[in-house]
Amino acid sequence: MSIKSAGEITDQAYKQVLAELLYQLGDDDFVLSFRGSEWLGLCPHIEEDVAFSSITQNTMGHATMYYKLLEELGEGTADELAHARPKEERKNAVILEEKNGEGGYMDEPRYDWAFTVVRNYFYEAAKKVRIDSLKQSSYSPLANVAKSIGREQYFHLKHWEVWFTQLLSSTPEAAERMNIQVERVWQDFGDVLSLGPSGEKMAEFELIGDEKTLTEQWLKQVGSAFKAAGAVMPEGAPGAVSGNGREGFHTEDLTQALDTLGEVYNLDRAAAW
Amino acid sequence: MVDATYDNQVDQQKYQQFMEKIEAGGKIEADDWMPDDYRNALIKLISMHGISEIMGALPEKEWTPKAPSLHRKLGIMAKVQDEMGHGQLLLRVAEDLMAPLGKNREDIMEDLLSGRLKFHNVFHMETKTWADAGIVGWLVDGAAIITQTNMLDSSYGPYARALKRICAEEVFHAQHGEAIIMALAEGTDQQKELIQEALNRWWPALLMFFGPASANTTGSSKQDTTIKYKIRKNTNEELRQHFFTKYVPRILSLGLTIPDETIRYDEENETWIYQQPDWNEFKQIISNNGPRSKERLQLRRISHENNAWVREALGARRNISAV
Repeated sequence: MSIKSAGEITDQAYKQVLAELLYQLGDDDFVLSFRGSEWLGLCPHIEEDVAFSSITQNTMGHATMYYKLLEELGEGTADELAHARPKEERKNAVILEEKNGEGGYMDEPRYDWAFTVVRNYFYEAAKKVRIDSLKQSSYSPLANVAKSIGREQYFHLKHWEVWFTQLLSSTPEAAERMNIQVERVWQDFGDVLSLGPSGEKMAEFELIGDEKTLTEQWLKQVGSAFKAAGAVMPEGAPGAVSGNGREGFHTEDLTQALDTLGEVYNLDRAAAW
Repeated sequence: MVDATYDNQVDQQKYQQFMEKIEAGGKIEADDWMPDDYRNALIKLISMHGISEIMGALPEKEWTPKAPSLHRKLGIMAKVQDEMGHGQLLLRVAEDLMAPLGKNREDIMEDLLSGRLKFHNVFHMETKTWADAGIVGWLVDGAAIITQTNMLDSSYGPYARALKRICAEEVFHAQHGEAIIMALAEGTDQQKELIQEALNRWWPALLMFFGPASANTTGSSKQDTTIKYKIRKNTNEELRQHFFTKYVPRILSLGLTIPDETIRYDEENETWIYQQPDWNEFKQIISNNGPRSKERLQLRRISHENNAWVREALGARRNISAV
């Protein structure tokens, strides 16, 4: 099956499930890009500031592409979808909305680089698995977006993989800090790997591969990084102890993110900015 | 040309050759012989420029996540990323000049945190609204283009080459800033108020950006040395005049008011007459007593302390690979 444009969709169930998937993809990238932008000027060194801000910018571009696909489905303008949807309607995984650490980006930011490295590496590995699957999506506009994102995302994954393996295999302090964060992110990463309540439908419609296969591919991918670092991967499947973002559960951290992201937009939603 | 500071003939000859080379438009490279005051002036200028790019990303960063549309978010994210890139490029140029003195990047960072290394006055200022992000892009980057273009033919080759790339990107930044301002200028009354307030806030800082007209104003100025050594062409005042000529008509055409009732162009003397900013305040600002100086330095200090374990971890790995 291949659907070439939004106008060709006749099955309402297909459209609904497609929208659900696009919200997950867009919201994940949107909120993680925000957390990345909070790091600017605070990274371990200037070269990392340059690299990380480039990745963050690309990631915001990816979120924009997904929101534009939703716009084509008649869900509202990309800007409304990004800035004006309430917290309960957001579909990003909870671990991606969590703050980078103590403090705010203007005020005493005690951000945690180990958390950032683990979260980003795990996320980029999961994103790669999804993107590879989406390249065969039955919805051609999404397959095309996936191909375009994949070209940039290759470098994002490499970037975080290097940080991940290097810090895990360096000083005892670094390894300890990393292991604490591995444990923390692992217990919530199941939420990222989840495709939510409509996951099975997504696979049936051939929009994306099935959740189980994608999860196995992810485990294989990160497993090889643990091995390269001479470290041990946690046992068992990643959990979702903080809640299921795909089902609209979110924390106060997302409230802070959305208030910041929409502060100017919400001054006057009707104005042209 | 003979400089009194050289009492031995060999050095005097080197100095003469150096001056002849730069007078003829030649370029000095990192490993070439150069007079100490040339090296020192360059280190001061380029490390200040580099660190200003890095500190300069902070005020705009405050508005990066808040940019009011996806398009604007992407634009300002690209811009702050460029600024960091410029900082990195310039610090590399400064590091090469400092190497013979046994100094490196760590010294630049420590000098910044201790207050020995200053950063541009504009980056000590507050950004209160989204319009400030527009003014910074349009007029601060516009002013930066003027001062940097003035050094594109710099006698120091590595700096001239870095500036060539930086200026090309700064042109995009100024366009990005101008686009933000245009949207506000054509917008609601509230939006128009935002830009006028931002312009009022930034005007004195923009005039200060070019530096005092002479050392008499503030007690020190490197412009004489940098002009003598062909690092730059024009004086601070000439650059400020150029800024007025370029931007005053544009500001007025947007329906904005310049917060200086006395400003006018004197046709006879071909000079802009304007109200001087408070140069004592300028001295205070660049001594890290500006409205946001302490807070922004604190951000870098926290980052430096907070990530010490990462630097140690990377250093440990370097030692392992070196064995």
